Amino acid sequence: MNFELNPTKKISIINKLHIDLPLITGLLVLCGYGLTVLYSASDQDMGMVERQVLRLTLGFGVMLAIAQISPVTLYRWSPWLFFGGLGTLLAVLVLGVIGKGAQRWLDLGVMRFQPSELIKLAVPMMLSRYLSNKHLPPPPMTIINAGLLILVPTLLIAKQPDLGTALLVASSGIFALFLSGISWFIITGFAATMFAIAPAVWLLLHDYQRKRVMTLLMPESDPLGAGYHIIQSKIAIGSGGLHGKGWLHGTQSHLDFLPERHTDFIFAVLSEELGFIGILVLMAIYIFIIMRGLYIATQAQDTFGRLLAGSLTLVFFVYLAVNTGMVTGVLPVVGVPLPLVSYGGTSLVTIMASFGILMSIHAHRKLLSV
Amino acid sequence: MSKTIFKDPRQERELFVRRIVISGIVSVICIIGILLRLIWLQIHNYDHFRTKSHDNRVKLEPIPPIRGLIYEAHHIPLAENVPTYSLEIVPEKVADVGKTIDELRALIPISDRDIRRFKIQRKRRRRFDGVPLREQLTEEEIAKFAVNSYRFVGVSINVTMLRHYPLPRESSHVLGYVGSINERELKTIDTSRYSGTKHIGKSGLEKSYEDLLHGQVGMRQVEVNARGRVLQELEAHPPQQGHNLHLYLDLNLQREADRALGEESGALVAIDPRTGGVLALVSKPSYDPNLFVTGISHESYNSLTNSPERPLYNRALRGQYPPGSTVKPFVGLAGLEAGIIRPTDRVFCPGYYKIPGQDHKYRDWRKTGHGDTNIDSAITESCDVYFYVLARNLGIDSLHDFLSQFSFGKATGIDLSGELGGLVPSREWKRIRHKTSWYPGETLIMGIGQGYMLATPLQLASATATLAARGRFIRPRVVRAIEGPTTGGAVQELPMEITQISRQSDQNWQTIITAMQHVIESSRGTAKSIATSAYHIAGKTGTAQVFTVRQNEEYDENKIHKKMRDHALFVAFAPVEDPRIAIAVLVENGGHGGAVAAPIARRVMDMHLLHEDNFKLGTAILDNVP
Repeated sequence: MNFELNPTKKISIINKLHIDLPLITGLLVLCGYGLTVLYSASDQDMGMVERQVLRLTLGFGVMLAIAQISPVTLYRWSPWLFFGGLGTLLAVLVLGVIGKGAQRWLDLGVMRFQPSELIKLAVPMMLSRYLSNKHLPPPPMTIINAGLLILVPTLLIAKQPDLGTALLVASSGIFALFLSGISWFIITGFAATMFAIAPAVWLLLHDYQRKRVMTLLMPESDPLGAGYHIIQSKIAIGSGGLHGKGWLHGTQSHLDFLPERHTDFIFAVLSEELGFIGILVLMAIYIFIIMRGLYIATQAQDTFGRLLAGSLTLVFFVYLAVNTGMVTGVLPVVGVPLPLVSYGGTSLVTIMASFGILMSIHAHRKLLSV
Repeated sequence: MSKTIFKDPRQERELFVRRIVISGIVSVICIIGILLRLIWLQIHNYDHFRTKSHDNRVKLEPIPPIRGLIYEAHHIPLAENVPTYSLEIVPEKVADVGKTIDELRALIPISDRDIRRFKIQRKRRRRFDGVPLREQLTEEEIAKFAVNSYRFVGVSINVTMLRHYPLPRESSHVLGYVGSINERELKTIDTSRYSGTKHIGKSGLEKSYEDLLHGQVGMRQVEVNARGRVLQELEAHPPQQGHNLHLYLDLNLQREADRALGEESGALVAIDPRTGGVLALVSKPSYDPNLFVTGISHESYNSLTNSPERPLYNRALRGQYPPGSTVKPFVGLAGLEAGIIRPTDRVFCPGYYKIPGQDHKYRDWRKTGHGDTNIDSAITESCDVYFYVLARNLGIDSLHDFLSQFSFGKATGIDLSGELGGLVPSREWKRIRHKTSWYPGETLIMGIGQGYMLATPLQLASATATLAARGRFIRPRVVRAIEGPTTGGAVQELPMEITQISRQSDQNWQTIITAMQHVIESSRGTAKSIATSAYHIAGKTGTAQVFTVRQNEEYDENKIHKKMRDHALFVAFAPVEDPRIAIAVLVENGGHGGAVAAPIARRVMDMHLLHEDNFKLGTAILDNVP
């Protein structure tokens, strides 16, 4: 491999900060685009936009901070984060039982802490660490152990119940396994098994989750109740057409027909106001970020970095796919935000942290021994 | 630790890169899938969703039109629209509705019934729509609330236009009334035209001219949000006000007729023979149509329907009475026109008549008889025997055919709903109705307006007007002209519908009219008491025997005496030379027509012919209306 050994002065500053220029450019463009849409979705509420800018700033800060941590340190922290995360998940579950209904956070007095967000990072880190120490492609025993490392936190989160996060956590682990080279035979076998036990999973779902799935299959059957979100979202998207109704001129969004319009359904606002062209621009930015992430993964120096960078990037893709799938009515409404565009706090910071990890891996690629 | 791991970094890396490439491809395929879904929604089904989005936010709201006004002959409004004020609460804006109602109760009277109705209506409306708590606030109540309104956020006074009849007593049976649209009416009306309209004409002019009075509904397109709240108006088509009606009806005559009839049950119809215009149409007793507009209470409705005088019953249009002797001029004319009699032909009246070969005596009202009579004296003195003979000679067929020309036996076609047609019997009618043949004796008593024959006061007035106009039958009308959008805002006279009855000889008509003049002006006339030097009157008295009472109401000793009495009838027109008013008066159980009914007619004719220019009276009446 040939690496640039004589960086110019300008590049060196960025290098010193461990910033990946293409990735941060993509992220900044995405956030800027997202803020524009949010300004409209919030009915031109500057306060809301300012709070989002504050969160994004915090997110970029976290990203830069984590970019300074070397992958070796991340490797060392992985078990602590993982088991610490599991502990807090259990704590939340117990407190949730004492309290009433769904509880997803620990109230630390000063701020609310969502252990599931920590787990979103800890699971791919732990899996990458575990797999990087094994012979790859992984043998069956390794796969079973890895499977347990995925299943336990996933179930704990699903129990909260937070189906969206459970899905993201499970997929992050599964991606690490997939990227580690697990054989196609096992993958097909696993997929077939999952298909077979799907009815059993159905029984484990909460009523509201089942209702959501049913609504997904037949949204028109309950137009005033559960199907309302999806029907109105589809109307918003469809009525946008090729060019959209114009920024700030979405009727579905501004006349309150569209629910959750600045959070989970912000994609529908964008579709309505900026049309298919606006969506193409958005998707281009996402594809650029994802491709850059995957490229960074291929450039990583060791297996831990490769697996972690790869799975974190693919989780970012899952955010996008699940959210857009849900808003356009092809996936159930599971409450996954449109990454870096939806208004809202904790997941945004987690996503930025994962990009921090990517940057760290990329920056340290030549410092690590093979 | 226990097991040494042999790793091949090169192979591991290649495997990894392959997997990454696969992941990248799958990711792009997924995103393309989402884009295809968006093409399906945004491009392929764009029109469908654009329509849905439009339907979501744009709603049509009806703007009810203002109902047309009704003016009498001197332009005094008989039906108008007045603002009424109701107290409304917008639940969304009120923190504690119950507490607010309690506070309002301390200020203005609110009944438990009001609160019950409020609670029912509140459930049906959206949170941001006003729900009426109290209807028809008085000015004092409005003032009380206005002073304290700062305490009641979300409570407001709402104005709606409500039909009001300023002169209910004089005009109820002509105007009819409007009331809430009921389920049956909902099936027959054009619901889009009535969207936004609460009331519909139920009887009288309000019903027969409903189409013109109602007007055209307006529409406004509004933008609403998901909860239905109106955010802005996009487009508006203003409603078209209903047509105003200008009547022939003269308030002065209505009032005079109403007063003249006094407390009696009866009816009076006056028609201008030149136009067919109804100058007065009164049925007594009357009622207050305003009660029906706001929704009549059960007690009031029961007292109206259960009253033995039946105030809701329009005697002028629907009361079918034996015409009695008022039919004699028409029978006489039939005889003259058919050539059966000549004016000079004489009949001796001994006080009764017998059909040859039969024992039954058909009595004259005067037991001693009228002696030698001809057509003139027979009408003047109302000799029955003369008309027995004449009717017998004419026969039922010619009698039926001739009387039918005067719209006896069929509805006159007046522009008021609910008119009944009376009855002129015929052989065919009797065969169908009673399954027996016609008896000669029945022809005899028909000659004096008894037996099967029935006529409404309106028919009598219309026939008298036709007689006065020498056979020119004009369909009677209350409405003279309309004014509204279709007339370009101008007052447009409605056309007259004229049918000329075939006349054999003008002299025959003159003979009858002269005889009728003698009824008033001859010393032997049955209505000589109303003779006046101011103008010449031609008329005929009548007394109708009440058959039904004998059969049905034997139980009530006290009432029988009054109810057994005959109905008093009188028809007349004046001035004889140039008739401007034809009139029919009926007083139920009034006794003799000449004594009871004729003076009532005279008062109304006086008002019309002698005080016609007195517009001030009308306006004075209006000033007294609150």
